[in-house]
Amino acid sequence: MIKWGAIISQSETQLIEIARKCRVDIVEMIHKAGAGHPGGSLSAIDFIVGLYGTEFRFNIENPNWEDRDRFIMSKGHASPAVYSMLHQLGVISKSDIDSFRTLGSICQGHVDMKWTAGVDFSAGSLGMGLSFGLGCALAARMDSSQRNIWVMIGDGETQEGQIWEAAMAANFHKVGNLNVVIDRNRIQNDDFMEVQMEIGDIGEKFRSFGWKVLEIDGHNMTEIIDSINEASNNQNEPYAIVAHTIKGKGVSFMENNPSFHGKAPSDDELIIALEELS
Amino acid sequence: MSAPSSGGASRDGYGSALLKLASDPRVVVLEADLGKSTKSCLFRAENPERTVSMGIAEQNMMLVSAGMASSGKIPFASTFAIFTERAFEQVRNGIARPGLVVHICGSHGGIHTGTDGSSAQSIEDLAIYRTIPNMTVMHPCDDLSAEELTLQLLNHGKPSYTRTARNKVPRVYNEDNVSKIKIGKGNIIKEGNDVAIIACGVMVNEAKIAAQKLSEEGVNACVVDMHTIKPLDGNLIQNLAKKYGCIVTVEDHSVIGGLGGGVAEYLSMNIPTPLEMVGVNDRFGESGGTSELMAHLNINYNAIIDACHAVIKRK
Repeated sequence: MIKWGAIISQSETQLIEIARKCRVDIVEMIHKAGAGHPGGSLSAIDFIVGLYGTEFRFNIENPNWEDRDRFIMSKGHASPAVYSMLHQLGVISKSDIDSFRTLGSICQGHVDMKWTAGVDFSAGSLGMGLSFGLGCALAARMDSSQRNIWVMIGDGETQEGQIWEAAMAANFHKVGNLNVVIDRNRIQNDDFMEVQMEIGDIGEKFRSFGWKVLEIDGHNMTEIIDSINEASNNQNEPYAIVAHTIKGKGVSFMENNPSFHGKAPSDDELIIALEELS
Repeated sequence: MSAPSSGGASRDGYGSALLKLASDPRVVVLEADLGKSTKSCLFRAENPERTVSMGIAEQNMMLVSAGMASSGKIPFASTFAIFTERAFEQVRNGIARPGLVVHICGSHGGIHTGTDGSSAQSIEDLAIYRTIPNMTVMHPCDDLSAEELTLQLLNHGKPSYTRTARNKVPRVYNEDNVSKIKIGKGNIIKEGNDVAIIACGVMVNEAKIAAQKLSEEGVNACVVDMHTIKPLDGNLIQNLAKKYGCIVTVEDHSVIGGLGGGVAEYLSMNIPTPLEMVGVNDRFGESGGTSELMAHLNINYNAIIDACHAVIKRK
């Protein structure tokens, strides 16, 4: 069993610093590619760093180690968040993330397990990752493995009916090794969710399907780590962690701005963003 | 090959194959509230710990299968053919794109299903799955060949879609000769002189009846069981085109995009040859008995006979 967090002994302060470095990677790779999704990457990154930095069992030397925990990035458009994490871990190189979205790159536009070692799911079409995670969780249980399955979905993604098919099935099959984190940034592609299709109390909906629900500030590393610890150590029921976040977090002009859901920063905007993240 | 008179539905062959595959601990079975119909219930009865009930939620079932495949399992997921279509994008993006080895079985395929009516009669499943890269697509003709082809999927290494049928038909194979069939290789049931009939699924039996009746008129037709629609056996098609100079395709499926479409693509690009297609002619089915529906939609042995006469004239 190998935990990156255990090897590096990351303090909370260090994790916050790693998240800052990831944010720099995120805006730089999207700027270089001229395309990508900064808003949802910046809202998601703190939780991802908190997860990989603490309880996640993962072998840096062998990213496809079969008994690793799984991280299913269902909101696959936020791929820069995953690539930046894998880069900070040393699994993929700077030249890899610099090649984001270019022909032949291992850093495809949406995360893809076929292209990137350390990526556990081929995403891109919303609503599918929680089902995939349920399959991983059932397989782990059949194999009497202790591995935990983590799925990250977007709040807009909960508009897909398949999410609720999976929520129902996870409770029915009592998969305690499955956890989902909902990146609750309240913005989707076209606009704010309250304009497009507001889901309401996501936590209450998961609770009604039999899940244990935690509500946290998705940018507060203490709350992130506490929620991960609780969910990792409870194997009796699936956990839904509603991480309340700010889309574009860390870059002032991207924060809470629907236009940066899927738009690259300009040259001038990159300079401002990097100053703010320094 | 001679055909014993006893009958079998291809769904029964799928069910019996799953039972045999249970000896491999990697094999898991997923159901969507139709296990009694698809015959995965046979596996469930003896291996409940490796059978996962997904309820009436096909999209979820496809991705749960994909997740299990990514974790070392070999999932067999089944429901009605028509309801697999509901989850087409899940199959495309969640299973085939990452190359996860999930085997999907769609039972009750085609208008052969009968009285349930058009909502249950998939006539486009072979076409849509054929468009997905690296996807193997099969439609066996009887229970014995369905069992044999399903058993071969264990070591196939690619995602697949297999359409089975509900109704029993006379067996085309027997227990001695069925093991000769291979995924991706069409099988000549009967040689001839004048025309080659390439059929799949329950229509192989209709093709045999047509060939028998044609022989009474002095027309000697070859009959082929093309149980694998993709990858299509191009070598065999080429040989048939050379030997017979004309071809008739026969399927319980739309004439658009299925077996006939695949053969037409191959012939036109490699060896242009007169071709007639027997299949559902760009319309939906309706309720009715199997035989009367086949006659009504012009896909029974009479239609095959007419098509053979027409195509021979075009030689």
